[in-house]
Amino acid sequence: MSGVDENQLGGMSAATPQHVGEEPPVAAAPPAPPSDRDDDRWRVALRRATSGGWAVSLGAVILAVLAGSVMIAVTDEGVQEASSYFFSRPSDTLSALGSAVGSAYAALFRGAVWDFRADDFATAIRPLLNSLNFATPLIGAGLGVALAFRAGLFNIGGRGQMLVAAAAAGWVGFGMDLPFPIHLLLAMIAGIAAGAVWSGLAGLLKATTGAHEVITTIMLNYVGFYLVSYMLATPGLLQAPGSANPKSPAMDDSAIMPDLLGPRYNLHWGFVFALLAVAFVWWLLNRSRLGFTYRAVGENPAAARVAGIDVRRTTVSVMLVAGGLIGLAGTTQVLGTVTTGFSSDIDAGIGFDAITVALLGRSNPIGVLFAAILFGAFKAGGSVMQASENVPIEIVLVVQSLIVLFIAAPPLVRAVFRLPQPEARTARKVRTRRERKEVAA
Amino acid sequence: MKLELRNITKRFGALVANDHISLTVNPGEIHCLLGENGAGKSTLMNVLYGLYTADEGEVLLDGEVQRFRGPGDAMAAGIGMVHQHFMLIPVFTVAENVMLGNEQTRGGGRLDLDAARARVSEIAARFGFHVDPDTVIEDLPVGVQQRVEIIKALSRDAKVLIFDEPTAVLTPQETDELMAIMRQLRESGAAIVFITHKLREVREVADRITVIRRGKVVGEASPTSTDAELAAMMVGRAVELTVRKDAPKISPSVFEVTDLEVRDARGTVLVDEVSFTVRGGEILVIAGVQGNGQTELTEALVGLQHDVSGSIRLNGQELRGLSVRDILEAGVGFVPEDRSTDGLVGEFTVAENLMLDRLSGPPFVKNGVLQLETLDTFATGAVDDFDIRTQGISEKVGRLSGGNQQKVVLARELSKDLKLLVAAQPTRGVDVGSIEFIHKRIVATRDAGVPVVVIATELDEAAALGDRILVMYRGRVVGIVPADTPRDVLGLMMAGIPADGTVAA
Repeated sequence: MSGVDENQLGGMSAATPQHVGEEPPVAAAPPAPPSDRDDDRWRVALRRATSGGWAVSLGAVILAVLAGSVMIAVTDEGVQEASSYFFSRPSDTLSALGSAVGSAYAALFRGAVWDFRADDFATAIRPLLNSLNFATPLIGAGLGVALAFRAGLFNIGGRGQMLVAAAAAGWVGFGMDLPFPIHLLLAMIAGIAAGAVWSGLAGLLKATTGAHEVITTIMLNYVGFYLVSYMLATPGLLQAPGSANPKSPAMDDSAIMPDLLGPRYNLHWGFVFALLAVAFVWWLLNRSRLGFTYRAVGENPAAARVAGIDVRRTTVSVMLVAGGLIGLAGTTQVLGTVTTGFSSDIDAGIGFDAITVALLGRSNPIGVLFAAILFGAFKAGGSVMQASENVPIEIVLVVQSLIVLFIAAPPLVRAVFRLPQPEARTARKVRTRRERKEVAA
Repeated sequence: MKLELRNITKRFGALVANDHISLTVNPGEIHCLLGENGAGKSTLMNVLYGLYTADEGEVLLDGEVQRFRGPGDAMAAGIGMVHQHFMLIPVFTVAENVMLGNEQTRGGGRLDLDAARARVSEIAARFGFHVDPDTVIEDLPVGVQQRVEIIKALSRDAKVLIFDEPTAVLTPQETDELMAIMRQLRESGAAIVFITHKLREVREVADRITVIRRGKVVGEASPTSTDAELAAMMVGRAVELTVRKDAPKISPSVFEVTDLEVRDARGTVLVDEVSFTVRGGEILVIAGVQGNGQTELTEALVGLQHDVSGSIRLNGQELRGLSVRDILEAGVGFVPEDRSTDGLVGEFTVAENLMLDRLSGPPFVKNGVLQLETLDTFATGAVDDFDIRTQGISEKVGRLSGGNQQKVVLARELSKDLKLLVAAQPTRGVDVGSIEFIHKRIVATRDAGVPVVVIATELDEAAALGDRILVMYRGRVVGIVPADTPRDVLGLMMAGIPADGTVAA
């Protein structure tokens, strides 16, 4: 036995330096290409950001609103004035502070949920319906981003996908002559398909060449934006005839989504379609084979591959569906919200807000619904807050951004609210597999 | 230096990984820490090494209480650790790795490599082996890499050395040499902690044995204890170390691999002209030290490798070139080597994992819709049938112990309409109780007339489970021998030396 000493073994390995035998044991596992390992890092980050639990989402919103209060107070003129003599009469400063913050959030509430100054119910409920209207495209787009998240993909291309969807839906909407429901449905299908194609392109690039979807979707945003801008500025394509502005003609009446509650309110059928999309995505993820493969690929692509799931095909497929959902958002914009013709700012930043919505909603369809409504309320209330209390609407944007920030740092939020830190769980992710087993057992 | 651990307790959430563990290691003594995977050995050593902070208890060196805030503190205090997975940088030389983290510099911040070289040679000479300080780590055999780890620890004047499962990656011969080095270290007065779950090694070198089970010290054993006694302490009851099985009843089905070659992306040959035949009702064990092509071979069998030539035929049907899904559908059950990475989705429930690779149609999928009621019924039955210890079928698989996770994989694969079973290290990281169960199930599959291929790295398992043993070395078949071949012959074969009279292929 001892005849085989290390010289013999060493000599052999030196003779064939290319061979498997002397690979270090760690490398004996199938060597993952660098891009895969990179993907792992994204995946871990993603899972951390989306797995914080409902308490963290709620905590993030509360913290962000508190931080917003500080900013409202600091920028308020009354508070600034009163603070100049803080030490002689501190109560002035405090009451100014209270009234500034209180009235700002009261205005936000009045603009977003319930107008308590209104005389009748119909007027008082108007802000809520307005919020839902703002939420409509956020729901669709948020679902698109969330679905991709669940499959481990970052779809940052919401803007481009919404724009091409809006262009396709709009083109059918003003350019064709068909009777009412058929025209609307055809325009919607065109929009959804265009969004799907735009996003599917990024999926295809990833599946065939390994190009990272973050890069490709961002770049496709630019391509989409300039493509649509060009078409809007070119007579015969999307530009309204006889106009010099880069703007499309108004939609045909037969392609417009009808108002949901009559002409008093601007809420339209797009909201219903968005709710249907929530139900669809829920079903897809929890009840369908396809959704199961999405989740499997998102949670553990290696195990998915070994189980015979075609990871590449799944990548393309999930990006198609995600793009379709974002396409729905673009479609409701042009066929429901802005029916008088659209320009290249029709996406209104929704493609990016959708990422926040998906994160806040924990990539869960129901969560996305509520997160989108919250953001819709911010949008609706923000302008009222600005108009009546002179609080800059940017505060709302800052609050939204802070929400993302806090969600990305769940340990911070847990520490502030004294929520239990899932130490074993987060620690396990950082530690090596061997140690993880030790902990799990 | 005398090492003492007093009442070390470490919790991870609700899980108590170490429960008031006390341990004393004297200079000039090899103290074995014996326990199953998951018993809490590594956690304890990570506490000792400063990687974790203990919730209770203290670490003492020569009677003084230590407070380690990281491995740096532990090393400075004279504790050295030889990790199971080497902490070496593959593209650095031996000398560079040894000085890493403890760099001596000359004027202008230049590294003093000469000093490091001299240190390597001096320490190596002390133990009577030779390591070239200028060789790049990745060019060294595994056994020599481990020596570099030892040298690295000794170069910091470590008086307490921890060996964390050091033999997992070694050939039997390399293991023997490691034992010799450990004895030498003991003679030189070092205090050695040797962590393992292999009984034979324990009896060979240990002066004292402490057995840990589920985070608690269950007792001390003497090196003269029998395997059966030690195993009983580890698992808490007597276990059958051998697998009871009858002579194979050969069935007509046949799995035939001819001239199989697997190359990686760079064109390096990983599996080199491997041919074998397994008949129904027979278990062929593929043995060898990890990293000799077994992993790639099994992956090729189920379609997970890209660059494959040769032929893989199951009952006449060519499997090479088919997709993983098609191969699984042809009736191949596959237990992957690394269940947590390749076999299971940790965040999925037990039930979801039980249908993971059975999505192509009934019973779990109809018209693209999951049949959750069917799945629940099936999963409840499988949990019973395979004795999966779980709080329920909707518990996340990642929360189960290694043995129970493996039972989930096995339940999934064995409940198919099997034509072939490929199991790669089916008992790796599994507690002894589950090993017995898993072995029984594999034998039952064989007795049902299915050809079975098992990858094993431990000779005991290979000999117990196999009807025939195929030994691989550097991607090639060294030989196929009967299961009753003596250990030392198998050991030599695992080092690439064919046994006399071996029937090739």
